[in-house]
Amino acid sequence: MKLELKGITKRFGSLVANDHIDLVVEPGQVHCLLGENGAGKSTLMNVLYGLYDPSDGEILVNGKPVVFKGPGDAMAAGIGMVHQHFMLIAVFTVAENVALGNEATKAAGFLNLDETRRKIQAISEQYGFDVDPDAMVEDLPVGVQQRVEIIKALVRDAEVLILDEPTAVLTPQETDELLAIIRQLKADGKSIVFISHKLREVKEISDTITVIRRGKVVGSADPSASPTELASAMVGRSVSLTLEKKPAEPGDATFKVRDLVVVDQNGQHVVDGLSFDISQGEVLAIAGVQGNGQTELTEAVLGVQPHVTGSITLDGVELLGKSVKQVLSAGVGFVPEDRKVDGLVGTFSISENMVLDLYDKAPFAKGIGMKPAQIASHAEQKVEEFDVRTPSINAAVGTLSGGNQQKVVLARELSRPLRLFIASQPTRGLDVGSIEFVHKRVIAERDNGTPVMIVSTELDEVLELADRIAVLYRGKLVGIVPAGTSRDVLGLMMAGVPEHEAELTAQKTHEGGTHA
Amino acid sequence: MSTTTTQSGSGAPAGNSPGHTGKPGASRLVSWKAGIGLSLLAILGTILFAFMAGPKSAGFGIAEASNTGASTLAAWITLILALVISAGLGYLWFVRRSGTGSGYATVPRWIPACTVAAVIALCLAALGVAKVSKITLESGPVGWICAVVLLALAGYSVFLTQAKKTTPRWVGGVFATVFLVGFLVWIVAHGNDAEPAISLAGLIAGSVTLAVPLVFGSLSGVLCERVGVVNIAIEGQLLLGAFSAAVVATVTHNVYAGLVAAAVAGALVSLVLAVVSIKYLVNQIIVGVVLNVLISGLTSFLFSTLLTADPDGLNKPGHLPPVDVPFLSDIPIIGPILFHQSLVGYLMYIAVIVVYLGLFHTKWGLRVRAVGEHPQAADTVGINVNRTRFWNVLMGGAIAGIGGSFFTLVSVDAFSKDMSGGRGYIALAALIFGRWNPIGAFLAALLFGFADNLQSVITIIGSPVPSQFMAMLPYALTVFAVAGLVGRSRPPAASGIPYVKG
Repeated sequence: MKLELKGITKRFGSLVANDHIDLVVEPGQVHCLLGENGAGKSTLMNVLYGLYDPSDGEILVNGKPVVFKGPGDAMAAGIGMVHQHFMLIAVFTVAENVALGNEATKAAGFLNLDETRRKIQAISEQYGFDVDPDAMVEDLPVGVQQRVEIIKALVRDAEVLILDEPTAVLTPQETDELLAIIRQLKADGKSIVFISHKLREVKEISDTITVIRRGKVVGSADPSASPTELASAMVGRSVSLTLEKKPAEPGDATFKVRDLVVVDQNGQHVVDGLSFDISQGEVLAIAGVQGNGQTELTEAVLGVQPHVTGSITLDGVELLGKSVKQVLSAGVGFVPEDRKVDGLVGTFSISENMVLDLYDKAPFAKGIGMKPAQIASHAEQKVEEFDVRTPSINAAVGTLSGGNQQKVVLARELSRPLRLFIASQPTRGLDVGSIEFVHKRVIAERDNGTPVMIVSTELDEVLELADRIAVLYRGKLVGIVPAGTSRDVLGLMMAGVPEHEAELTAQKTHEGGTHA
Repeated sequence: MSTTTTQSGSGAPAGNSPGHTGKPGASRLVSWKAGIGLSLLAILGTILFAFMAGPKSAGFGIAEASNTGASTLAAWITLILALVISAGLGYLWFVRRSGTGSGYATVPRWIPACTVAAVIALCLAALGVAKVSKITLESGPVGWICAVVLLALAGYSVFLTQAKKTTPRWVGGVFATVFLVGFLVWIVAHGNDAEPAISLAGLIAGSVTLAVPLVFGSLSGVLCERVGVVNIAIEGQLLLGAFSAAVVATVTHNVYAGLVAAAVAGALVSLVLAVVSIKYLVNQIIVGVVLNVLISGLTSFLFSTLLTADPDGLNKPGHLPPVDVPFLSDIPIIGPILFHQSLVGYLMYIAVIVVYLGLFHTKWGLRVRAVGEHPQAADTVGINVNRTRFWNVLMGGAIAGIGGSFFTLVSVDAFSKDMSGGRGYIALAALIFGRWNPIGAFLAALLFGFADNLQSVITIIGSPVPSQFMAMLPYALTVFAVAGLVGRSRPPAASGIPYVKG
């Protein structure tokens, strides 16, 4: 099936998310949409999938114009989509999720789930998916959930499959498995639209690359182009993909974690017996697939997790059992993983957000009164220093772009003298320019002699920043490896394989020559 | 590198198996809620039932003397049927449990529940066959036995909690039953008569009757919340249903027209809720509360201006008489309770079954639940979220309206000011206590109906507890049940959140 988009434009108020986009997806082809976060890739695909009405332009299937009033129409036309955030109902079984919207029924509308189970098994066998139709979706690992999404599309006879940032939640090994599935689908004559900002995968899988920037198609690229070329096309200026940094000069280990256990509401050990140290002037990166205890680890240090045992010491002082305020005043800087939820108060101004943790201390307060003039001049200075692009320091922080919001969080956390700096997903959702800036500030803080803990699910970021890498899997420490460790080894460790075993396996794979 | 890790390459990773679904288990956090709660209740029970036991005995009437002769055949048939069913289910339970070795996780939930129900039916049928019409219990010994059992169960729960195990659910069930028996014996024995007695059959039958509007209300709540709309307006739907049923039935001289009018009135209230909250995205709880206040005011106004001026022309609806189901109503004790109902009562049974089957076994129900859990996911498979919500909310309103008609067509023969008396809110509690499940909500509503009826029965025979305290019983039980006994229940994830596309 040949799919064409002609002059698709989508406006949200005054914002033009897609500006006259033309795109042709040929049958049996993997077509990559490359672009930064916020470039308009997902909007375009939501238009194609019938979730948004295009403001202008038309969609052609096999040369005939079509109008999708909703996803139902798109599916009927043979378009399937795997969303970045899976559209699965956690408390339903796999079969119920697959059946939904496309139910096989017996008399009087009663569900015929056996029929759906049969279909799932047929597809599972054809593509080598190992999916139990009666498993509850919430109990499945994300890799399997993604396969359920693919099954959902295939059951509806999709000819074009849109994958929106499909690798964001996967381990490197799961990513390889997904790429293999894509090749298989392609061999079956299906077209794939693969949306990503990860250059490596794009180069590996695609037949054609279309680069989108600020809602416009800025050109197409060949999969053989170098990563720097692709990145430059994506960002619109030349970028250096590597961070220049001096080797670390670690001092004393001032931050120590011993036998840390965090138990969640359900009694699960989400952090399970962690012990590690971080030295002054060193970056320890915590690697792992999302949801393996990283969030709980950082929150335990900050003091917002309720059930924590073990010991966390900073400069010899026990942090466990202290209030968040005491932890902060002990010199802990904390960049939370979700800046909108935990990092900022969206409706407050930039200057107010800059002093969220210092509002009651001199020079910003005296007695019960706050000193607006001091707060404003502080904000002016920080906005300047951190290059926050804003019309005014009185603008609500929620109106800024993600990159600028993150700069506000960083400015606040780095404005105190720190004894420990923790940053969780510091560059999630940022553009390449902001990423560069954030990384530089993190390394600058390290060079100041602060122990730094970075939590990131992006292997690129981990490799870029880390002096040592700790890999977490299901709340346990798989191992701590030096900065130069290969991606293959890290990938295996992220799936729970111990360090030495991972190295052996990775070597074998290399000898086998299956990896580039 | 100056630092080392104390982790010695352990961590026991579960191998290279991303497909592995097990969760990291290990010691669990066990709440002391059960242990402490049961202990306090056991101590209370010991003080009341054992130390403060009255000198009199407590009598419990089982059957009404009038219909003992008529139902011998029915009693025998029931006895045999109940025996066969309970034996069969018990065997099935035993086989499932021991056969797999992995405990009762593999036993479907309905098996224990149905077994217990069958055994109860068996006991009642046996009483019917033996023509026992009254049981008399000495309050002293029974009180002591109950107290000892309660203390033992509470002790067991504390012991389990200390050993980091959760208290199994049967402990709670047995505790509640024993507490109830102890309480009934204690309170009846303190009655004013020389040989105080109450009719157990009457108590239960009355409970079912009082539960009828609650069941309809909570079904309305189930339909709305399962689709993602919080329906606080149940109270208003009941009230307007009652009002419309009274007026329309009076004007048309047809009670069935009143019944239909009640459904329409409930749906009308829902229409406002649906339009304002789904289309205009106003906070659902605020809309619901405002609707309740509005309808209370509106019906009070119309009542005091129009209905009191012309009660014969506007507020004299007929009565929906109780109808006996042939044979079934002859079953001793159970028959008169379950199968001597008005049309509204039978509609209640039908509604519970239809809503349950519909929600969990049909295409419609799958879509409804999907919309209430993850509307965006439903949208991406081509389900119209807001249309589904809209129709479900209307349907919920109609059901609650029928429940409202119970007040004016069955229980009282005229409308009076604010006659729903907060039952819409109790229905909401029943919905939560019943975990958003039609059958659970039905059982919870029966429990609240029981508390309500017990309160009035006890007030009649006289009790040491001031009647004001007894009047608190249904509400105290509601708070207790919702706060303490619900356990971990999960409401539909998108309940209360309006859906905006994109």
